[in-house]
Amino acid sequence: MSGHSTYEPKSGFERWLDERLPILRWSADHMMSFPTPKNLNYWWTFGAILAMCLGVQIVTGIILAMHYVPHESLAFNSVERIMRDVNYGWLIRYLHANGASMFFIAVYIHMFRGLYYGSYKAPREVLWILGCIIFFLMIATAFMGYVLPWGQMSFHGAVVITNLIGSLPIIGKPVTTWLWGGFAVGGATLNRFFSLHYLLPFMIAGVVGLHIWALHVPGNNNPTGVNVKSKEDTVPFHPYYTVKDGFAMSVFLIMFAVFVFYFPNVLGHADNYVPANPLVTPAHIVPEWYLLPFYAILRAVPDKLIGVLLMFGAIAALFILPWLDTSRVRSMRYRPTAKLYFMIFVLACIVLGFCGAHPPDQQVINGFATFQLLDSDLNTWVWLSRIGTLYYFAFFFFILPLLGLTETPLPTPESISEPVLSNSANAPAGAAASPEKRG
Amino acid sequence: MADTAVGAGPDHHAAGDDPNRRDFIHIAASVAALGAVGALAWPFIDQMNPAGDTLALASIEFDLSKVVEGQQVTLKFRGKPLFVRHRTSAEIAAAIKDDHASMRDPQTDEVRHKPGKAEWLILLGSCTHLGCVPTFGGGEYGGWFCPCHGSVYDTSGRIRKGPAPKNLEVPEYAFLSETKVKVG
Amino acid sequence: MLRKGIALAALGLAFLAAPALANTNALPPKEAHWSDSGPFGKFDQAQLQRGYKVYREVCSACHSMNLMYFRNLGQPGGPFYEEKYKNPNDNPYVKSIAKDYQVDDIDSETGDVVKRAATSADAFPAPFPNEAAARASNGGALPPDLSVIIKAREEGQEYVYSILTGFGAAPPAGLKIEAGKYYNPYFPGGVIGMTPPLAADKVTFDDGTKSTVDQQAKDVVAFLTWASDPKAQERKQFGLGAMIYLLIFSGLLYASYRRIWRNVAH
Repeated sequence: MSGHSTYEPKSGFERWLDERLPILRWSADHMMSFPTPKNLNYWWTFGAILAMCLGVQIVTGIILAMHYVPHESLAFNSVERIMRDVNYGWLIRYLHANGASMFFIAVYIHMFRGLYYGSYKAPREVLWILGCIIFFLMIATAFMGYVLPWGQMSFHGAVVITNLIGSLPIIGKPVTTWLWGGFAVGGATLNRFFSLHYLLPFMIAGVVGLHIWALHVPGNNNPTGVNVKSKEDTVPFHPYYTVKDGFAMSVFLIMFAVFVFYFPNVLGHADNYVPANPLVTPAHIVPEWYLLPFYAILRAVPDKLIGVLLMFGAIAALFILPWLDTSRVRSMRYRPTAKLYFMIFVLACIVLGFCGAHPPDQQVINGFATFQLLDSDLNTWVWLSRIGTLYYFAFFFFILPLLGLTETPLPTPESISEPVLSNSANAPAGAAASPEKRG
Repeated sequence: MADTAVGAGPDHHAAGDDPNRRDFIHIAASVAALGAVGALAWPFIDQMNPAGDTLALASIEFDLSKVVEGQQVTLKFRGKPLFVRHRTSAEIAAAIKDDHASMRDPQTDEVRHKPGKAEWLILLGSCTHLGCVPTFGGGEYGGWFCPCHGSVYDTSGRIRKGPAPKNLEVPEYAFLSETKVKVG
Repeated sequence: MLRKGIALAALGLAFLAAPALANTNALPPKEAHWSDSGPFGKFDQAQLQRGYKVYREVCSACHSMNLMYFRNLGQPGGPFYEEKYKNPNDNPYVKSIAKDYQVDDIDSETGDVVKRAATSADAFPAPFPNEAAARASNGGALPPDLSVIIKAREEGQEYVYSILTGFGAAPPAGLKIEAGKYYNPYFPGGVIGMTPPLAADKVTFDDGTKSTVDQQAKDVVAFLTWASDPKAQERKQFGLGAMIYLLIFSGLLYASYRRIWRNVAH
């Protein structure tokens, strides 16, 4: 797809540089003239938005590290000092704290987009897996970052999550102690989490580089899922997509700014403004919103080890998704049944998020007792999270593999340009086309 | 920025399109983007300046009554040593005697203390060469001597010998009462 | 497509707000109006001064504010800020308030712990030297530090206001109130270790405002809100500029986008 280079050095210096380090040629080929399908919709702008989020987090994070003190007795006050005394410290800290949430909003949209349009299918499996690695690194980074202010939620969140590892047979206990650097979460844990929290974003940036490399080998997928056939199907990345991505980033920044300037603490938890106290656990301990669905899956089963395995399994399923989906049609635009199951899947993820936010034994609909099923009433969050968890795994391991074999997809267009042309001629989209043969 | 935006791709604008108006919108958007970067740069630069708690300690008050004649007290002021010296009359006389000697940074002793308070010499204890802390009583001028590179200051803190370019700095200070000074 | 995106975002936001639901048996806090709420809200400086007086004369007997320094009172947006004194250290009100307090220091000659008058660079002195002492003097209960109390409670302003004005009702049958404890329906569990702190005319306001319990509670909540996030006002002002800028910038980019794409069928 990247084909031969169209870069032509304009000046003597550019020619001189091009023979020694073709960095301008590389930039021109990958950032300017890169042929990009002309039918990408706004869901495709989230890649650029995510790059921006990573940039914001790294820049604000480096600045926060100039003022933050990773010490048990100083961490909480140093964060407050940033907010009170450091010039514009409030801005930088709120950008960083809310930036994490924005990063996850964007990454979830980006992932659902990839899922819907079949962007994980051949020849983009490696691209997808690299994305899954980024997502996993993001979770680790966000978790360790949340520990750093050393508030009540930071501390007890760290206690709960590190204790998950303790569920592993035999090695569980020694590994947990090793991770803590003590007999419990403490100063040593805080210090190493700070170090790793600084390291991981640069690893993410490295994997993002690979992710874009893997993207530029086959080129972008597109809403039709049909391969690019000719030059007619593409436009150069610049200026067409630089301006479109730029517009989308700007709109995204408006939402970001509303949180930073007017609701800087709604995405966090009040208990995290109480300094960490190992002797008292907050009444209701929950992770940050973006981890709630996984937290719900963890709590859905009464067995600790199985819960942990299911939670990691929920992420692992994403890695093998390219081989679970058997359909030859990429885009769910032409798979009406799959589209329906996809919508239910999105709903299940949101419902799981709600389940993670509520105590498991609380009623979903207040004052409406049904009947006892196994260990608890059916009208409780724990049962809702069981249903959600069941659907989550069924979607990956039953629905996607079986649906590809049994469903009848709609005819896909011959090329990217074709449905556009027929649209303008008021003809039904893809009427004359046959289903795509190669996935 | 704007001309690359219009130059690339199969962008043959329709007849009757006013190229000036077309360019304007791209230029405006580019200028706005640069403006945003510029405006946001300031908070990211300013955060490295002294913070509120640092500025709060930027001035100190000191009671001179405990410093006896011939004694020097070293305080910490803005992270650096501050010399508060109660000079003897011999030191003052030596400083005045050299007022018109050849010096690298000529200054009379009178401008280096508050009027009528010749016995109180308040100096930043940071050598003007490269910031080491000079010690009192070294060198041939009866004043301070910097152990790092051998700068010699006299009893008024003026540079007399060695590599330092300037006299020891007199900070901004004021007498709040007969015995109390506020520095900074 | 965009409309679908907005719908999804709205759904997402609803889902974000969910963790706020805590499971306690306390009454939901009372509604009240705060002058600083909303994107254009501002603190009333006279109210902040009254609130500081309530904290100083009542709350500070048991509650520390470890993150507060006297200089904070004179910084922009603070209760005693005056344009004349850009540097809060020079503010005469702040200096005179600080001077009334004695803080520990080390005598530089003898090394003994001595008392000296506080300066504007000193922190608010804490009423108790450590947690154990605080608990011992308060029947085992720990009076929380109030520096960030409004941020540290869900619906912090309403919560603190409700606690302060929520005493006096008869406890429900079956709830046993031990000696030294009080019934407060807004406190989780209903039993609080804090003596009802406010009373009419307990604090005399210098500006002649009638000193009712409700007034004192509102004023001290305003002060604590400011203290929890002293840069809130600066943040909202900065935010207004940022929002206007982003809206214009998005408009320009959209126009630029439409022009660049106008000849591409897609």
